[in-house]
Amino acid sequence: MTRREFLAVSAAAATARASEPLVIGFIYNGPKNDLGYNQAHAEGKQALRALPFVRAVEEASVPETVAAEESMRDMIFQDGATVVFATSFGHFDPFTIDMARENPAVQFFHCGGLFEEGKHPKNIGIYFGFIDEVEYLSGMLAGLATRTNRIGFVAAKPIPQVLRNINSFTLGVRSVNPRATTRVVFTGDWVLPVREAEASSSLVDQGIDVLTGHTGSPRVIVQMAERRGVFACGYQFNQSSMAPHGFLTGAEWAWGTVYLRIAEMIHAGKSVTNGTIPRRLTGTLKDEFCKLSPFGPSVTASSRARVADAKTAILNGSLEIYRGPMKDNEGETAIPAGKILKIEDVELDRMDWLVEGVDGSAKG
Amino acid sequence: MKKAEAVLVPLGAMVAGLLVFGLFCAALGVNPFLVYASIYKAGFGSWYSWQNTLVRASPLLLGALCTAIPARAGIIVIGNEGAIIVGGLGAIWAGLATPSLPPFLALTVMTFAAMLCGGLWIAAEVALQHYRGVSAVISGLLLNYLAIALMNQLIEGPLRDPSSFNSPASYPLAPSHRLGSFAGTHVHHGLIFGVAACLLAWFLIDRTTFGFAMKIGGGNVRAAQLAGLPVGRLVVIAGLLGGACAGIAGMVEVAAVHGRANESLNAGYGYSGILVAFLSRQNPLVIVLVSLLTGGLLASGGMLQRAHDLPDATIAVLQGILFLFILLSDTFYGRFNFTRTKTPEARAAHANAA
Repeated sequence: MTRREFLAVSAAAATARASEPLVIGFIYNGPKNDLGYNQAHAEGKQALRALPFVRAVEEASVPETVAAEESMRDMIFQDGATVVFATSFGHFDPFTIDMARENPAVQFFHCGGLFEEGKHPKNIGIYFGFIDEVEYLSGMLAGLATRTNRIGFVAAKPIPQVLRNINSFTLGVRSVNPRATTRVVFTGDWVLPVREAEASSSLVDQGIDVLTGHTGSPRVIVQMAERRGVFACGYQFNQSSMAPHGFLTGAEWAWGTVYLRIAEMIHAGKSVTNGTIPRRLTGTLKDEFCKLSPFGPSVTASSRARVADAKTAILNGSLEIYRGPMKDNEGETAIPAGKILKIEDVELDRMDWLVEGVDGSAKG
Repeated sequence: MKKAEAVLVPLGAMVAGLLVFGLFCAALGVNPFLVYASIYKAGFGSWYSWQNTLVRASPLLLGALCTAIPARAGIIVIGNEGAIIVGGLGAIWAGLATPSLPPFLALTVMTFAAMLCGGLWIAAEVALQHYRGVSAVISGLLLNYLAIALMNQLIEGPLRDPSSFNSPASYPLAPSHRLGSFAGTHVHHGLIFGVAACLLAWFLIDRTTFGFAMKIGGGNVRAAQLAGLPVGRLVVIAGLLGGACAGIAGMVEVAAVHGRANESLNAGYGYSGILVAFLSRQNPLVIVLVSLLTGGLLASGGMLQRAHDLPDATIAVLQGILFLFILLSDTFYGRFNFTRTKTPEARAAHANAA
């Protein structure tokens, strides 16, 4: 083969590669219309439509078992996927890890997994967002809306990520209304619609007049708030359709930011395997990894202005929500005076306390 | 002629079911022909797809026998899902209790434990119907929920692996207790159990006096009793055998696929097995063929989502539609003239008589 022939062949190969779409697979643990965690990821996947070189495929209701491996393997072998996003926590160990070992040429990205350098294959990237600041802003509206000064929070499990949301929400509430308290009820699991509805209803019976929650999808909680005639703040995804009257706002994910960014990096020839894509891609409100849901009809102009001011202060760094001195709800010092914990501080990922003003136990 | 009918009626039901399913897809704005093409591609289009199909066929083969064997003795069993679950639980319990046994012995112990659990589960349903008049359909349906509750209790309690915090699962089986795969494929050896069980069931039903006695009992209890057959015992043994097959299906899922017991034991193979048994007219040899077809359908569930953005429940809808048509088709047996006057001799005889 002459040099010219070689160049012609490699040029042809390059154009063929360019015209072939980048196939990206997504797996979700639950239904993609759950108005919650899974739909937030599915909506993020939709954002990839903006990229003409991407073909994104998805499978919903993929259990956290070997079935997850089968789905990923099918995407790789039947659709030619070279990138796979596994969105549920339980998809990671061992399923995504095994698949990454089996397919070293494919890049895997997992939402929130605990990657261990040296132990896990290098073709796995982790992405996650920190939503505390959005919960804080959402809590502000709850604090401004409540008349009884009692707010209800229906949560799945007392794990650090949930406790962070309860605390940041409550800090937001009490930043505008120091007399208000948050009552927490744990249901025990991520998707228990009946128990979530019962907990919501019983909270309303106890006199709370704003409801929010942290479950797989707080859809039922928001729905119950509307039915019982109290205000609601959402989580995970925009739940305003469930409460046309009482919806205030909510903290929701914006995974499209992450998916677009990773797809563009891969298109540009980068990879997580050789380290040109960061192993851990995390972001906050500032990075648009998460956002506030649109305001409901009952949110007044002055409330909007206060939230907008706080948002500006968070974005320019003048408002830090985990600023000492801060006490937990048992009277102990949680953050000593003079200490500020940044949102991405790893110490916050070990949170095992509930802040002063929360009525409930961090042990569940 | 009876044979032609036995093939044409279920085949017609399947075609009609697929047509109605096509309408369902069209209503969702998806071209049904592309959907059929995807089902073919995902189930049978390549060796990779065939492997996916075969992996799903093995629990179907065993799950279907759980309905087919008792059906020959005249009892409709639909407790397959429950029997698969308790079989899997029996297998995991036996496997975890004997960590030091050598591989072959370990799998034997696990298989027998699974057969015992699944067998007793279905035998109880059958005995309740035969001796106490409790419909096995109702008891089976309810016992399925009991099996799920039992599984949750065990994998969230005594058998729980503490490292499985997010989705509870039992401790994993030792590598020596795992059922392997055929070399170079991801098709596990559970297929051998499935095909062997179907062949044995066929031999038992069609080639032994026990099978003959069972069929008489299933045909007419009074006649069988007058002939001196121990109908109760025959029926309960049929339930025991059917349940044992489903139990093995649970063992295979635990030992070959997951390596532990978790929520995926309740993956719906039992319900699909009922569909397979009815499609096969409870004939164990036909079950082998129909399990492949149904395994292919199940294997295409992911592809339908990925290629056409159909909901994840689409394959469940297709199964439901097919099942309706299969039940409906039961009323068509013996209704078609062409099945009676097909051969020239028959036609001549018909003409002579006239």
